[in-house]
Amino acid sequence: MVNEYYGVILIILLLFVLSVPLGKYISKVFQGEKVWSDFLSPLEHFIFRIAGINENESMDWKENSKALLRINFIFFLWSFGFLLLQGEIGFLNPLNILNMEPTLAFNTAASFTSNTNLQHYSGETGLSYISQMLVIGFLQFVSAATGIAAFALFIKGILQNKVTNLGNFYNLFLKSCTRILLPLSFTLAIILLLNGVPATFESPSTIVSLEGDSVTVASGPAAPMIAIKQLGTNGGGFFGVNSTHPFENPNYFTNIVETISLAIIPIALVFTFGFLINNKKLSLLFFGVMTIFFLLFTTAAVKLETQGNPEIAKLGIMQPLGSLEGKEVRLGSAATALWSVSTTSTSNGSVNGMSDSMTPLTGGILILDMSINAIYGGVGVGFLNFFMYVIIAVFIGGLMVGRTPEFLGKKIEVREIKIAVLLILLHPFLILAGTGISTFIINNNPHIGWLSNPSYHGFSQMLYEFTSAAANNGSGFEGLGDNTPFWNISTGVIMLLNRFIPIIGAIAIGGFLASKKVVPFSEGTLKVDSVAFAVILLGVIFIIAALAFLPVLTLGPIAEYFSM
Amino acid sequence: MRRDKNIKLFNSEILKESLIEAIKKLNPSVMIKNPVMFTVEIGTIIMLSITILSFVSSESGQGNYVYNTVITLLLLLTVLFGNSAEAIAEARGKAQAASLRKTREETAAKLITPDNKIINVFSSQLQKGDIFLAETGDTIPTDGEIIEGIASIDESAITGESAPVIREAGTDHSGVIGGTKVLSDRIKVKVVTASGESFLDKMIALVEGVSRQKTPNEIALTILLASFTLIFLFVTVTLKPFSDYANTAVSITALISLFVCLIPTTIGGLLSAIGIAGMDRALRANVIAKSGKAVENAGDIDVVLLDKTGTITIGNRKATRLIPLTNVNEPEFIKYCLLSSISDPTPEGKSIIELGSMSVASSYQKDAESGKFIDFTAETRMSGIDLIDGKKIRKGALDAIAKWCNCSTNIDKEVVDYFERIASNGGTPLAIAVDNNILGVVQLEDIIKPGIKERFDRMKKMGVKTVMVTGDNPLTAKYIANKAGVDDFIAEAKPEDKMNYILREQQQGKLVAMMGDGTNDAPALAQADVGVAMNSGTQAAKEAANMVDLDSDPTKLLEVIEIGKQLLITRGNITTFSIVNDVAKYFAIIPAIFATTIPGMDLLNVMKLSSPQSAILAAVIFNAFIIPALIPLALKGSKYKPIGATALLTRNLLIYGLGGLIVPFGGIKLIDLFVSLFI
Repeated sequence: MVNEYYGVILIILLLFVLSVPLGKYISKVFQGEKVWSDFLSPLEHFIFRIAGINENESMDWKENSKALLRINFIFFLWSFGFLLLQGEIGFLNPLNILNMEPTLAFNTAASFTSNTNLQHYSGETGLSYISQMLVIGFLQFVSAATGIAAFALFIKGILQNKVTNLGNFYNLFLKSCTRILLPLSFTLAIILLLNGVPATFESPSTIVSLEGDSVTVASGPAAPMIAIKQLGTNGGGFFGVNSTHPFENPNYFTNIVETISLAIIPIALVFTFGFLINNKKLSLLFFGVMTIFFLLFTTAAVKLETQGNPEIAKLGIMQPLGSLEGKEVRLGSAATALWSVSTTSTSNGSVNGMSDSMTPLTGGILILDMSINAIYGGVGVGFLNFFMYVIIAVFIGGLMVGRTPEFLGKKIEVREIKIAVLLILLHPFLILAGTGISTFIINNNPHIGWLSNPSYHGFSQMLYEFTSAAANNGSGFEGLGDNTPFWNISTGVIMLLNRFIPIIGAIAIGGFLASKKVVPFSEGTLKVDSVAFAVILLGVIFIIAALAFLPVLTLGPIAEYFSM
Repeated sequence: MRRDKNIKLFNSEILKESLIEAIKKLNPSVMIKNPVMFTVEIGTIIMLSITILSFVSSESGQGNYVYNTVITLLLLLTVLFGNSAEAIAEARGKAQAASLRKTREETAAKLITPDNKIINVFSSQLQKGDIFLAETGDTIPTDGEIIEGIASIDESAITGESAPVIREAGTDHSGVIGGTKVLSDRIKVKVVTASGESFLDKMIALVEGVSRQKTPNEIALTILLASFTLIFLFVTVTLKPFSDYANTAVSITALISLFVCLIPTTIGGLLSAIGIAGMDRALRANVIAKSGKAVENAGDIDVVLLDKTGTITIGNRKATRLIPLTNVNEPEFIKYCLLSSISDPTPEGKSIIELGSMSVASSYQKDAESGKFIDFTAETRMSGIDLIDGKKIRKGALDAIAKWCNCSTNIDKEVVDYFERIASNGGTPLAIAVDNNILGVVQLEDIIKPGIKERFDRMKKMGVKTVMVTGDNPLTAKYIANKAGVDDFIAEAKPEDKMNYILREQQQGKLVAMMGDGTNDAPALAQADVGVAMNSGTQAAKEAANMVDLDSDPTKLLEVIEIGKQLLITRGNITTFSIVNDVAKYFAIIPAIFATTIPGMDLLNVMKLSSPQSAILAAVIFNAFIIPALIPLALKGSKYKPIGATALLTRNLLIYGLGGLIVPFGGIKLIDLFVSLFI
């Protein structure tokens, strides 16, 4: 068990250390400084020429938002149509998988366009190889790049002084793909390949087990997709059971690499922010605030999972390896707990164990983590979510020192507050409304058959599903029978709403801030890179998340815990 | 008549009036302006119907009607407490305004008609542009500007200052205020504001809350609070299906109680009271602000422009030393100094007499009166006297005197030394010459106001840069700037220099405040983010400014800045306190709701409240009574300490953040102990 703890500490340390140079590299890419990957610029030029885009044209927040929405709408239509018709395409479909059912196709298209990767299908039986590549793999790249580009536009807004332009979305978008996601995914895919993750177009093989049963072993072009699934906070696995599958995550070493890669870009972007605004102290402070939550959640989850299941303990059974239900023995309970917290912190959503089988309070932690949705968060968007909390904290802190609130010399006024609170409000609203409706339906149709456990745990399953959809996370409490029109449509709509409204809102705030004059710092100004401000920020995040979700957490995980 | 500036925080009259107002404010069309308290009012109405339902039929499943009645009354009380906070602030403002208004009662006015006849009218009949006459003993009927004459005026009715002031046409002190009294002489005054539109009328409307508009900061805060309210509305509404799912019967009473406790009623109830109290504090400091925004802006000021004379230094320069040259007899030198100054009306001249002692001076009175006094002019830059015996005495700037002596090329080195030494020490040297010979030097010095350095230190800690504006040469200006502790100075200032300085600072994004009185200050006053005009100043200056200081005290800016900061801080602190309170309320109510169906839930009952009913009741009572408990804080404002932003934040976080976390745990527990005696 002690070794497992060391493993967790090692992974976390490696993750933090590696994200700093990556953050520096990304900041150079966005500033147009010389980097080793410049050899790709002819390719980028070529793509822009073909698409007829002038990548140097600087646009204001509205034009950039339109560009972002337009291109994502095309992605959505492409994937929706492709999935509906995948059975008609005659190649790279060795299992002859049929057209997808419309509500499931809608859910899947919404899920992957929104970087959520909630999967109401199972990869082995639901998708052809060509769908895996041209829909799933493709969207995993572009949805991640959309988030990073939105982040870059926003930071530009903070840096501008009385200028309305934020840069060019298309340029930032393509560079996020070619300069950040592509090299990292390539590297990761090679590592995975070397460790036994398949990358083939051959059809599944059949083996005969020792017991004489014939078993179909699914395979396919998995390694490249798993790489971008981890790096782009996507989370949608090639196989239904995600990284618990030995072909997705063969051994402890790949587990270390995959855990690091699922959180590295979100953390690196916090440092990128510091390099771009030239205030490393502030980025360290933001990183610190996020990390306090992260470490708190990780410590609690690791502790809860390694000490075993109390129900089993009651039977007098020793659990030296911790609670292993729904976990892979080759990975262990501690590393699985760490992965679970990392994947819910970063809105990744890939899993290496079943969240449904976690002890109740760990389940509660995962839900709370997704309700905050800004502890590192999804690539690009996590930081933007975090920044909405920063705006609220700056506002309250500014009042408390007797000055109109300002952040890095930009006055925070009615417009910014309006958008920030709207975005912060949207998240609990969608979760509570969704869970409220589904609970209402269950109350009136107890035999509808959605829940594998009717009790408090069943409530957690519904709550988890909506929280995961709203947080664009994509992991699931898999006990929920979710491939029904109700769940497909409701979660699909929620994923799209809580993806694009916050992104546009944040870019708008970036645009407003850009056009403001920079006010010089004085003795009386609230110092955002001070411990006192960090305390306010912690308080704001805790209060908003905890107060909005305490009642539901009480009725789900906490009630389940108390009735054990 | 001095105004009572210290109206007690509460007196029975104000309380009675406020209570009636608080009930009047229950009108939903008024309440809706305050979204937080409006939802509480709706909650009260729902509770009322539930109470009636539970009274009519005990099988309605809505619980005990007595308990419901108590909760309903407590909710109503919560709304009333919030309303009365606002009403008390308004009533105090009104009381303040009423004492001002006494000075605005109908008075007789002597209107001068276009054909130069004088007719008696009432002050209310005066129109803008009319001209009236005011003579010794008259009360000035309305605000105006002197167009002819000079008079001494008693402004104590407005400012509380008993010493009379001089107001003169064509100067920067040509403004007169309605309600003040002419002590001597006669003046013709042009009416500058229509009846009911003077600054005072505007201010009265502001403090009474009639025309008060929400400031941008207040709007932003209201949005924040409304969104918190919305979140908790989702939380409580969805709790109904959730608890049904968990087979827990949650009464509507419990849900509404939870909702009202969670939404930020404390700050919601006190928000407008804080704003009104801020205006009221400004008025108490005898500053008339044209809007609440102006007061708030003052809290953001980065740079303050202050005139040297009268603000940093006392009045004018004074003679502090009479220095004869080594070969000159000292008593004789003093004699010449005095002779040249006896008929000199300038402050410098008077101060020489003071220094040389009156008694000695009076013995030369005759000689001086028989001589011919030479006035100071801007052209000659010297003054003096031609005595009957033919002696000519002159005093003035060195170059002027040297020219007069025809000794410009070979001035005594000793004289030059003295001049340089005095100038480099911030003084102003004057040369005294008799019949073409320079005999010595008079040292004039600025006297820095006592206590001003401390005030500037305070400003520095607040992050405000102070700039001194003076007509002195850079050397003198620098010396005084250093001595007084200002950060920067504008020497040899022309009126447009102020304007340019303001523009330059604003270009860098800074907010600038200035105080001024003259017509040529008006553009700069208008350009400044906070312009404070002195009441004694010209009408143009007052129009351009966004505040008027009734006391005409140039250091008032500092107070205004603190009032602005206090206003924001009070809001921030009570908001923090209010929101952080929710943690304890959750720990009271959530276990209370679920304790019966989920037995382990009692572990969350950390306060060990005696029963679910008493727990909810205790939380609601605490929630209601914390509002009146904080009214004094809202009205007086949080203390502002210039200790730097981070230290201030830490301090306020400890008091209102940590305090807000702990206090309700204790409070709710205590109330529960008391309530459980009855349940």
